[in-house]
Amino acid sequence: MSEHVTSRAVYFAVFAALLVLTAATVIVANFDLGWANDAVALGIAVTKALLVLWFFMHLRYSTRVTVLTALAGFFWLAILISLTLNDYLTRETLFPYWGK
Amino acid sequence: MNTSTVHPEIPPPADLVDRPNYLNAAYGLKSWLLTRDHKRIGILYMISVTIFFALGSLFALLIRLELLTPEGDLMQPDTYNRVFTMHGVVMVFFFLIPAIPATLGNFLVPLMIGAKDLAFPKLNLASWYVYNLGGIFTLWAIFNGGVDTGWTFYTPFSTNYSNSYVIATALGVFINGFSSIFTGLNFIVTIHRMRAPGMTWFRLPLFIWSHYATSLIIVLGTPVVAITILMVAAERLLHLGIFDPRLGGDPILFQHLFWFYSHPAVYIMILPAMGVISELVAAFSRKRIFGYRFVAFASIAIAVLGFLVWGHHMFVAGQSMYAVTIFSIMSMLVAVPSAVKVFNWTATLYEGSISYETPMLYALGFIGLFTLGGLTGTMIATLGIDVHLHDTYFIVAHFHYIMVGGTIMAYMGGLHYWWPKISGRLYPGFLSRLSALLVFVGFNLTFFPQFILGYLGMPRRYWSYPPEFQVLNVLSTAGASILGVGYILPLFYFAWSLKYGKRAGENPWGAVGLEWDTTSPPPTENFPVIPVVTREPYDYTSEEVHRRTTQEAPVVYQLD
Amino acid sequence: MSISLTDPQAHGGHDAHPSLQHHFDTLEQQKEASTLGMWLFLVTEIMFFGGLFTTYVVYRSKYSTAFVAASHTLDWKLGAFNTAVLILSSLTMALAIWAAQVNRRKQVVAFLIATMILGLTFLGVKAVEYKDKFEHHHVPGASFEWHEGGHAEAAPAQADFAKHVQLFFSLYFIMTGLHAVHMICGIGVLAFLLMPSWKGRYNSAYHNPLECTGLYWHFVDIVWIFLFPLLYLLGAHAK
Repeated sequence: MSEHVTSRAVYFAVFAALLVLTAATVIVANFDLGWANDAVALGIAVTKALLVLWFFMHLRYSTRVTVLTALAGFFWLAILISLTLNDYLTRETLFPYWGK
Repeated sequence: MNTSTVHPEIPPPADLVDRPNYLNAAYGLKSWLLTRDHKRIGILYMISVTIFFALGSLFALLIRLELLTPEGDLMQPDTYNRVFTMHGVVMVFFFLIPAIPATLGNFLVPLMIGAKDLAFPKLNLASWYVYNLGGIFTLWAIFNGGVDTGWTFYTPFSTNYSNSYVIATALGVFINGFSSIFTGLNFIVTIHRMRAPGMTWFRLPLFIWSHYATSLIIVLGTPVVAITILMVAAERLLHLGIFDPRLGGDPILFQHLFWFYSHPAVYIMILPAMGVISELVAAFSRKRIFGYRFVAFASIAIAVLGFLVWGHHMFVAGQSMYAVTIFSIMSMLVAVPSAVKVFNWTATLYEGSISYETPMLYALGFIGLFTLGGLTGTMIATLGIDVHLHDTYFIVAHFHYIMVGGTIMAYMGGLHYWWPKISGRLYPGFLSRLSALLVFVGFNLTFFPQFILGYLGMPRRYWSYPPEFQVLNVLSTAGASILGVGYILPLFYFAWSLKYGKRAGENPWGAVGLEWDTTSPPPTENFPVIPVVTREPYDYTSEEVHRRTTQEAPVVYQLD
Repeated sequence: MSISLTDPQAHGGHDAHPSLQHHFDTLEQQKEASTLGMWLFLVTEIMFFGGLFTTYVVYRSKYSTAFVAASHTLDWKLGAFNTAVLILSSLTMALAIWAAQVNRRKQVVAFLIATMILGLTFLGVKAVEYKDKFEHHHVPGASFEWHEGGHAEAAPAQADFAKHVQLFFSLYFIMTGLHAVHMICGIGVLAFLLMPSWKGRYNSAYHNPLECTGLYWHFVDIVWIFLFPLLYLLGAHAK
């Protein structure tokens, strides 16, 4: 049946990229960048995840419903984390975005 | 016994008795316990949930008996804690969440979309076994003395101080969650991938839209309560202090994680019920649902918005004022799609050709009681009011109006509507209408006084109360007994109908839907030939439908 | 408007592919159904682990110094090695499916075995790490001891600090433990696939079970991709 066959070259390239990104995240962690440490670490992790999703997990060739399903999963986790943090990060202040 | 219906009954073919259907396809225990037929699995579930409903009702009876008198004189306070906890655990997880989707949903989803079965029949059967496995753990806990934490398992009581079978019950609920997930997963894939040719999304019955939305909630929400229960078990067993304040943990975090699922869970309980009501209102007004697309999208909106409001269970728990405000606003918003549905059902009834068959009685009851429950919901979503009403009987009354006045009425209505399809038999009209009336009267007598009690300040989960509350409590218990009779009667006449009920034709109600285009009971493969759909949903105006529901011979397709 | 009824064609008797199940019309439909089903299961896994990630985020924001100090006691080199091992195992898993798509039966088996070996390597390293934590009395519970501590702080604050460190380790063990359980299940499923692969059941026409197992395996890899920086790299720049 007709199905997209990803070439081995693409798989190897993605593998190499993932290793490079892993090295990058270790290196950056060794410098104290304040809040940027978290941002960079998360950013790299998200990039790695996207590479795995798009190429290894064949989202690239999947139906719209499948892509939407994958997106929905991560989006819902974002809802859980953000609305929970919305409580914890505003416990000390009444007006979190202005004044104390 | 009178088994007439208002619409002229199209007599079933003379040889119906010998026709192969899913019930006589194979006999014996093994053919049922190893079945992959979604219809048989629906019936297996029906038996299981009925047993748990009976158990949960027993606990309710004990509660109401204790509350007949102001003093705690029937049982110890610790026992009372266990009784109301088990009532909640059994009813929520083992009855309300699976009832409509796993019985009616399993039976009807493939029929309504024109498929031969669900996408994963073996997973469907596994789901039933997992449900029962979860049930066994929970029953074991009950018989050994039960749990006293409340069905909400709040920490640190559940993790550190309760001397009851928390882990066993939690394990039972954890396992049961997988049963729910399997069902939801199955529905989503089936509805996406197995619709009959011509069955586009906007030709689907609203029952399907509701079950689709429900399945989305199940898949996205249930895992969170699963991991939360696992963390409670880990803390209790291994003393890993996640929620323990002595270790820097936050009990409120438990509540966040718990309610992230448990609020959408209430939409798991009500959305399928709304789907049933859409079917009943359309069939017994002989009219298409007003604003079909709005109702369909409202189901999805409820599913999505339902995930954004969980903090309203925790208004007085210690969240930030900012967070509670957001949750309060979102809770007002989530009422809107529910209201849209109620308005649309009402508009459907307007100038419809209404008949007061038993399913319709339940549907009309639902609309009124759900509205009351929903309105009181917006009351307690109001921060200032909830400060006074939280943890009182007002809350108890609110959610029972939705769960019992809503979900259970819809379940009964659906059972009565599709019983001829499921069993191939008709049931007595007078007895069933009487039961519906008893349920309605009994329900209101049980739970309306509880609104007043709560407003006057009677706390929930207390086994004794000040004497001035006794009259209302006695009324409530009296109502509960009437309600009980209303629920027991159908057990008898449904059982009676299996042997003595008049045989049902294809379409005893003269309704429009794919499930009514096949025999009652349907053959194992649902349709002898897969239909090609060109008809809009609830198309009661077409000539063909009119012809089929009069005394003329029904359209018969080649069965052999 | 009517319902017309047609013959059930595509699903025919003896011409149907042996793997086609009776309630599906075509292999294509079956494949799309099983893939979508697997993705939905992965969504439940996202939310399942998600509860733990949420807990982590909340406590990290409250007790950041304690978390940094605790993270510093984890060996980032072992963690990085394990990350590389898992990424390599994802490659071999993807290649196993590729091999099925191009009908190379023996390579399917080889890549599956490679994936299993890499998975076992990962678990072996984890066992070493757990043993190390046990020896340092960093396992939460009665035997927990924390000597490193923050800086020179007053005694009560020191006790609080130790509590928050213990919280980190509770999360560390639950999160990596749950991840390890998922790895074990994954290796088990791979073992199940070996015999049918050897018999040539998976080819260009049909390889659903491989695809679905692959999806699961890659997902477990993704969980680790997030666990590694969050657990191991917090304290990298400290001291």
